[in-house]
Amino acid sequence: MKKFTYVITDEVGIHARPAGLLVKKAKELDSKVSISCNGKSADATKLMAVMSLGVKKGMTVEVSVSGGDEEKAAAEIEKFFQENF
Amino acid sequence: MGTVLEGKSIYSGISIGKILFYGKNRGEVSRDRTCDPEAEIKRYEKAKSVAIDQLQELYKKAVKEVGEINARIFEVHSMMLEDDDYNDSVRHIIENQKVNAEYAVSATGENFSEMFSQMEDEYFRARAADIKDISQRLISILEEREHGEQIKEACIVMAEELAPSETVQMDKKHLLGFVTKLGSSNSHTAILARTMNIPALVGVKISEKYNGKMAVLDGFTGKLIVEPDAELLEKYRKQMAEEQRKKEMLLKYKGRETINRQGKKIKLYANIGGISDLASVINNDAEGIGLFRSEFLYLESEDYPSEEVQFQAYKQVAETMAGKKVIIRTLDIGADKKVGYFGLKDEENPAMGYRAIRICLTREDIFKTQLRAILRAAAYGNIAVMYPMIISVSEVKRIKSIVEDVEKQLEAENIECGKVEQGIMIETPAAAIISDRLAGEVDFFSIGTNDLTQYTLAIDRQNPELDDFYDAKHEALMRLIKTTVDNGHKAGIWVGICGELGADLSLTDAFMDMGVDELSVSPSKVLAVREAVINGN
Repeated sequence: MKKFTYVITDEVGIHARPAGLLVKKAKELDSKVSISCNGKSADATKLMAVMSLGVKKGMTVEVSVSGGDEEKAAAEIEKFFQENF
Repeated sequence: MGTVLEGKSIYSGISIGKILFYGKNRGEVSRDRTCDPEAEIKRYEKAKSVAIDQLQELYKKAVKEVGEINARIFEVHSMMLEDDDYNDSVRHIIENQKVNAEYAVSATGENFSEMFSQMEDEYFRARAADIKDISQRLISILEEREHGEQIKEACIVMAEELAPSETVQMDKKHLLGFVTKLGSSNSHTAILARTMNIPALVGVKISEKYNGKMAVLDGFTGKLIVEPDAELLEKYRKQMAEEQRKKEMLLKYKGRETINRQGKKIKLYANIGGISDLASVINNDAEGIGLFRSEFLYLESEDYPSEEVQFQAYKQVAETMAGKKVIIRTLDIGADKKVGYFGLKDEENPAMGYRAIRICLTREDIFKTQLRAILRAAAYGNIAVMYPMIISVSEVKRIKSIVEDVEKQLEAENIECGKVEQGIMIETPAAAIISDRLAGEVDFFSIGTNDLTQYTLAIDRQNPELDDFYDAKHEALMRLIKTTVDNGHKAGIWVGICGELGADLSLTDAFMDMGVDELSVSPSKVLAVREAVINGN
């Protein structure tokens, strides 16, 4: 399993549209991606679950990626976070 | 003579047509047992794919009408429909309870929207409405009727209240008028009615029982007459024809110069809230745009509009106006126009709170993005910029130094940009009173009478209870306008009015006597104001 943490800099946090793009991205990957924040966690392929974490600016999320392509998948997801959140 | 419903008129005019009752939760969904859950799941899957097609069409339509960023809400709705948890929940309810798809969707929608409505943050709480909306769309498809917002034939829309996101989806060419229960003369519905030039009433006792009935909407007397008798109908038809004749008479003022009795040329401009208003500006022969409300780019968006998105919008307006003046007001968010992604805290008194230029001066990144877009677009036309909610000389000095920084930065990056005239809105009593000192700092003043009135009279524009106390022609206000015009002229700059009062024909003579140089009004009012200026006393 690969893990990384990321501090949200986007003003509104993980909001609807980029969350939707994240879900699309996560569905393309073989690995399972999960996001944790504030003691709750969500499967990154599930939009409503991701949004219901209520992640705001300044919060730290922990992302874990596990599966066959986890090395490459984790790098892609991390890049996605940097570009979108 | 039919049933008469009274209300407060927010835009005069007469419409005759069928009433469409616009309900958010039309009809209860029944819970029916089924012996074939498989078939219900198939019905659901089919409805979902129809919904996604509809949303794609709506997205395309909205991109054309209001631009890409404003259209994104429909993309988000599509994404929500694809959510695994949502779909699993619908399937489970159908399978486990052996019930119809409509009920399963309705129950799922309730559960998910409940979850969001309990979240702490306002942005996420507001998503509950999106979930209700997609669920309602699915139910409408399953029940084989139109989704709430579809308007297929000309009608008078009756509703509790209408949100901007709802009116965006309406087919404007079929709208004959609005009748709502809530809302004040300054609500979104009111502004839309004025822009579209259709009659509207607020404060009406609406009821679904009027749905589909013929009615006359009389915006002059504030009455909605349901099922009028033949005699009354005939009277109104005549009055409508008379109004039409007046309108045609005004067409004679197209193409004429706006010169008042004193022989002075008046700049007669139009106020716009988006690109879709441009056609109306041109049709009504406005001489420029005196107020381009840029916040619509922010309001209908899911995220901060990028420099590029803003640049394209400003450039399009500048190019369409082909060398005529386009005055862009920098963002006026806060108070009554709140945007989730700005993360603004709730305030006791938002009208006097953190808004407009106060946000721009504390969050310079947002301000600079907008200024870059404006300066770049200025290379494509005659653009000016004005700043809202000013109260002091030091604010203006700070703004000018930020603009200089942005100019230097663009120059350093070798990006093409144009020079802009810079002006300020005079919409606080403070600015009007010290307009002698402000005049030396800027190229023009534009008096925003809506806010100036509310701050001078201490009357909340959003509170319909106060409409009776709201005297738009209060002497204090007239004196502040006069002071502003005099101080502007002493410093050699021009002074205009861009608030609602600018279109009040009973004041046109007074404004001409004061020496007002510019009037900026709704596109539909341009010709009437030109007539009043030319034929004034």
